[in-house]
Amino acid sequence: MTTPPIPSTPSTPSIPYQQRAEGAPADGYTSPIPVRRAHFGDALLAEWTKIRSVRSTLWTLGVMVALMLGLGLFIALSLAWTDSGYPEQTVLPLGFFGVMLSSICVITLGVITMTSEFGTGLVRTTLTACPSRTRVLGAKSVVYFALVFVISLMTTTLVGALQTSILNGPPPTGNEWLQATVGVSLFLATLGLFALAIGTLIRHSAGAVTIMIGLVLLPPVLGLFMAGSPWLGPVRDFLYQYSIPMLLVSLYENPTGLPGPSGWWSLWLMIAATAAAMAGALWSLHRRDA
Amino acid sequence: MIEIERLTKRYGRKLAVDDLSFQVRPGVVTGFLGPNGAGKSTTMRMMLDLDNPTGGSVRIDGRHYRELAEPLKHIGALLEAKSMHGGRTAYNNLLCLAQSNRIPASRVSEVLEMVGLTAVAKKKTKGFSLGMGQRLGIASALLGDPEILMFDEPVNGLDPEGIHWIRNLMKALAHEGRTVFVSSHLMSEMALTADHLIVIGQGRLLADTSMAEFIHENSRSFARLRSPDRERLRDVLHAAGFTAVEAADGVLEIDGATTEELGELAAREGLVLHELSAQRASLEEAFMRMTAQSVEYHAHSNGAHGPGPGPVQGWGQPQRPAPGHLPGAGPGPEPGSGPASGPGPGPAPGTGGGLPAAGPRWGERRPDEGA
Repeated sequence: MTTPPIPSTPSTPSIPYQQRAEGAPADGYTSPIPVRRAHFGDALLAEWTKIRSVRSTLWTLGVMVALMLGLGLFIALSLAWTDSGYPEQTVLPLGFFGVMLSSICVITLGVITMTSEFGTGLVRTTLTACPSRTRVLGAKSVVYFALVFVISLMTTTLVGALQTSILNGPPPTGNEWLQATVGVSLFLATLGLFALAIGTLIRHSAGAVTIMIGLVLLPPVLGLFMAGSPWLGPVRDFLYQYSIPMLLVSLYENPTGLPGPSGWWSLWLMIAATAAAMAGALWSLHRRDA
Repeated sequence: MIEIERLTKRYGRKLAVDDLSFQVRPGVVTGFLGPNGAGKSTTMRMMLDLDNPTGGSVRIDGRHYRELAEPLKHIGALLEAKSMHGGRTAYNNLLCLAQSNRIPASRVSEVLEMVGLTAVAKKKTKGFSLGMGQRLGIASALLGDPEILMFDEPVNGLDPEGIHWIRNLMKALAHEGRTVFVSSHLMSEMALTADHLIVIGQGRLLADTSMAEFIHENSRSFARLRSPDRERLRDVLHAAGFTAVEAADGVLEIDGATTEELGELAAREGLVLHELSAQRASLEEAFMRMTAQSVEYHAHSNGAHGPGPGPVQGWGQPQRPAPGHLPGAGPGPEPGSGPASGPGPGPAPGTGGGLPAAGPRWGERRPDEGA
C-alpha cells in the first residue's frame, strides 16, 4: 500500500459562515444547515453505504455465489455423466452441498459486518453519530439480511433451474421449490444474522468466526463420536437432529427419518435461536462501553 | 454548552474518573489538561455516551446525548485518530456518517476541502498517515457544522503547519460562538490555544480557571544575575535584603525582584554584570507541579522529571523569555566551556553575550551542561 500524496493545507482555516464572527456571539452558534429529523431510513442508507463500500463484502458474497453455482453444477453434471441420473427423487436437494459450504462465507460476512467496526474503532464514530444502539444494530441487521437473502435467493433459484434441466427426475412440487429457494435463503440469511449477533457479543473477528464454525460443525461431529455408546443415544440423536447442517438438509427433505424438525420448522427454529442471540447482542451493546 | 455533574467512572477497583463536575461554555476554547492516564479520554467518551458512567450525568445543551436525534448537528468529536474503516475511502467514511444524520452529501466534499483532503478523497484511509487521519477525524467533527466541538489530542501526529492550522481553526470556531473543548497533555499547547483551563489528575478536578489566571497564579517570576565578582554580588544583594539562590554556572536567581531595581543596585555599587535577565518559570513546570501528586505513570530515569526550579529541558516550551535573553541559546559561549565542538569556529572566547549564529545543534552542546 503506497501512501497517497500529502494533502495541501489551506493557508487559512476556511470556515464558511465566518461573517458572523464579528463580535463573537456569546449565546452560542446556530448552523445555517437546516436540521431535518433523522429516522431509521437514514440509518439504513448509512449502513448500505458502509456495506457496499468495503471490498470484503464483494469477496465473501462472490465466493458464496461461486460455491453454490460451482458445486451445484458440478454435482449435477457428474451425475448426468455417470448415470441416467436420479430417477426416483427430485433433484433440488443436490443444491445442499453448495449452500452448506457457502454458509461459511455468509457467517464470515455476518461477523465482520459488526467486528470490523470494533476492530477499527469505527464503532465509536458510528455511535456518536447514532447513539441509539437499537437503531444501529437494527439497521445493520436489515441491510445485511436483505443483501444476503436477495443474492442467495437468486443463486439458489438459478442452481435449482439448472439442476432440474440437466437431470431428469420427477418435477419438484411447488412447496419443494419454495423450500429449496426461499426457505433455504431465509435460513442462510438468518444464520448470518446469528453470526452478526455473535460478532457483536465477541467483538473480535477471528474469535467470532471460530465460534460460529464450531457451532455449525461440532454437533454432527460429536454425534458421530457418540455412535458406539448406547446410553449416549438420546444425546447423540439430539445433537444430530438439531445441528445446523441437519436443519438445512431437512429444508430440502427429511432423509434421516428421525422425529426431528423438518421442513419449515427448521427455519422457525433457526429464527428463534437468532432472535435470542440478537437480544443478547442488543443487551451487550447497551451495557458495555464502546 | 456542556454540563458535567458528579461524573464518576470505575473500572473494577480503579477509579478512573472521580466525582468530576464542570461546565464548558460557548465562545471560548476550553482546554482539558491532565497527564497521561488522568481520565481525559474516559471523560470525553462518557460525554459522548460511548462509556456508561458509574455515576453522575452529562448534559449537552441541557439534554442527554441519547436524546439527540441528529447528534452530529449538535456536537462533533475527534476521538483518537483513525476511528474509521481503513478499507473505505475518505469520502465514503464521511458519507455514511452524513447519511445517518440527514446531512446533505454535498457537505462531505465541503469539509474535505476545509481540511485539505480533497486530493485524497477517493483513497482508502488505511494508506493515510497519522496526520491525514487526524485531518479526516477533524473533517468528521465538522461534518454537521455543530455548535459543540470536542477534540481529543488534536495535534498528535500533525506537522508544524498542521498544528498551526488546527490552533487557528479552534480559535476561529470559538470566535463564531461555538463551544470548543480540547484535551491535551501538553501545557505548552494549551497556553497557545485555550482561553479557559480544566486540569484533572487521577480523575479528580485540580483546576477550573481562566488561562490568564492560571498563568498569573502558577508561573514564578525571578531574575537571573551573573557577575565575575560573585562573592561581592552576594553580599550586596544580601545587604539590600534580597534572597539569592545559587544556580548552576555561578548564576544567582532572585525571586520577586525586578531587573530594574537589581540593575540600579549593581550600578550604584559599581558591580560588573555579565547577565541580568527576567525569567519566568514555564507553564509546563507549573502544570507538573500541580499534577505531581497524581501522575500515574512515572518514568524512573535520571530524575529529570522533578518539578524543581530552573527551566525543564526537553519539554519544548520556551519559558516566555524576556527580551534580550534566549533561553535556548543559554548564557552564550563562555571561556573554556568545554571542547569547541560547536557549529563552526564559533565566537571567540571572551566575547560573551554573542549568540551562536546557528544555535547549538542537538546533542552537541547543551547550554546548561557546559561547565
